[in-house]
Amino acid sequence: MNQKRTNPIIVVVLTLFSLACLIPFWLVFMISVADENWVTAHGYSFWPGKFSLVAYQYLIEDAEKILRAYGVSALVTVIGVVVSLFVTSAMAYALSRKEFPLRGALSFYILITMLFSGGLLPWYLVYTRFLHVQDTLLALIIPGLIGGFNVIIMRTFFTNSIPPSLIDSSQIDGAGEFRTYFSIILPLSLPVMATIGLFTTVSYWNDWFTSLVFIQNEKLFSLQYLLTKTLMNASFLQTIANKAYSSTAQVTTPLESIRMAMAMIAIGPLVLVFPFLQKYFVRGLTVGAVKG
Amino acid sequence: MASEKVFITQPGISQPNTKWRHFWKYRALIILAMPGILLMLINNYLPMFGIFLAFKDLNYTDGIWKSKWIGLDNFKFLFASNDAWLIIKNTLLYNISFLLINTILAVMLALLLNEVKNKFASKFFQSTVILPNFISMVIVGYIVYGFLNPELGFINKFILEPFGIDPKNWYAEAQHWPYILTIVNTWKNVGYAAVVYLAAIVGIDSEYYEAAVIDGASRWKQMTKITIPLIAPIIIIMTLLAIGRIFNADFGLFYQATMASGMIKETTEVIDTYVYSALMVTGDTGLASSAGLLQSVVGFTLVVTVNLIVRKFSRENALF
Repeated sequence: MNQKRTNPIIVVVLTLFSLACLIPFWLVFMISVADENWVTAHGYSFWPGKFSLVAYQYLIEDAEKILRAYGVSALVTVIGVVVSLFVTSAMAYALSRKEFPLRGALSFYILITMLFSGGLLPWYLVYTRFLHVQDTLLALIIPGLIGGFNVIIMRTFFTNSIPPSLIDSSQIDGAGEFRTYFSIILPLSLPVMATIGLFTTVSYWNDWFTSLVFIQNEKLFSLQYLLTKTLMNASFLQTIANKAYSSTAQVTTPLESIRMAMAMIAIGPLVLVFPFLQKYFVRGLTVGAVKG
Repeated sequence: MASEKVFITQPGISQPNTKWRHFWKYRALIILAMPGILLMLINNYLPMFGIFLAFKDLNYTDGIWKSKWIGLDNFKFLFASNDAWLIIKNTLLYNISFLLINTILAVMLALLLNEVKNKFASKFFQSTVILPNFISMVIVGYIVYGFLNPELGFINKFILEPFGIDPKNWYAEAQHWPYILTIVNTWKNVGYAAVVYLAAIVGIDSEYYEAAVIDGASRWKQMTKITIPLIAPIIIIMTLLAIGRIFNADFGLFYQATMASGMIKETTEVIDTYVYSALMVTGDTGLASSAGLLQSVVGFTLVVTVNLIVRKFSRENALF
């Protein structure tokens, strides 16, 4: 208030910081559009001397694998987010009702899950030997459906933002709990639903770990897992490139650029929607910070 | 549920069933909570019962129940191999340095972001610093590879070579990884933490600053005497919560950024990657379960202890 302009030193420092966050993406982008021969001679550069879109051509030729992985990721994300929002909010609603007799027990039940875990091996065995969901989409969906922390954030929102008298009056008017939940709670909870929904979307979309552990079938590879395979496994990358090889008149397969072009295809949509989502993301952080 | 029937057929008699009647009245809420309860049972509670596997010689042909009990042999084996000390040391050292560096940088970044007056610029900076947090660890792995690829990587080709330094075989030389992983972790996480702190700073009552300005306090004075003390509680709580998780490593960071390279395990193997490879790569369930149990128990003890400390600072910020 005593000065309207920002201190230029601060602007410089923050600009450098922002650049440090953006430049790595630029490098990946530039490798993806660089000419393979130039790259082999000079290395990965922020400004390759020769450009080429061959890598993307290859990927279009062999779009099937990537499109399928996109589909798997999108399907898992949409189903996961919708079901997760329902399950989380329904549980949080029960928890937010002061007169609910199981409230204390249920809070404790949730708390324990946040404190103690059985570890990877028993968790793995439950999904593979008990539920038998390995190599199905369910293995990618179920583990992310509920998180104690999200339930608590929603409960806090319900208790703080929805006046108990509103629930009372609706029930005096004859609405049951289901009716109250669907026609009063849910419509009034859009802010917290958007926030938790966004967090859940990002975690489903970015998930590669459950695929790594549960998925063998190539047809069920999610986008992130396909990328993991291409990064770690040179021969896997080669098979993707080979499929398109016959139809493209290129002598050397641009493996390095193909690899990075795949990464760009995965980053692309996210960077495009990011500016619109960022508002919710920051708000979500604040919601989370209220109760750390 | 059987007792409800009794209650319904014998109304008018007062009995211990009033408790059930109380529950019955709220059956709809129980039904609403049921999917969540079941999912937590599957995802969290059933695995907890599996911790006894650490004391068994798990053998798939005999099945989980019929496998032999072997007492503490899995743990003996784990500690005898020296792996235990290496992974505990690595996990702790990484987490402690991540915690220190991230907290300091995030608070500084939040203070700087708070000084930006132009609304558009402020939004822009916030968006860019938080962007790395948005992308998957897989993409982070690609970015690291872009910089560190031994033959073509940017660092070898455009930084070391022009200075006449021999290119380094990054994915085979363990000594560099403590620095690399710390930088990657900071890059990915500091913006997120900074925005949390910024939210706390924005929440400070502006009257404090108005009063300070009347008293002639400089921006620097305002920062050190008002802002930092007022966000200290949230810094302390975030730190204590992180200490509670100090035995859990970020599996994605240690798996993707290192490209799971076996040659650098000395400095990159943490409990989480060790358990993963014992289970999925070598199939040694004994090591996986004993290291996993060790992690769960120490983690639980730390969370409970830390929570006691948080309660001492401020009851309402305690987790329970």
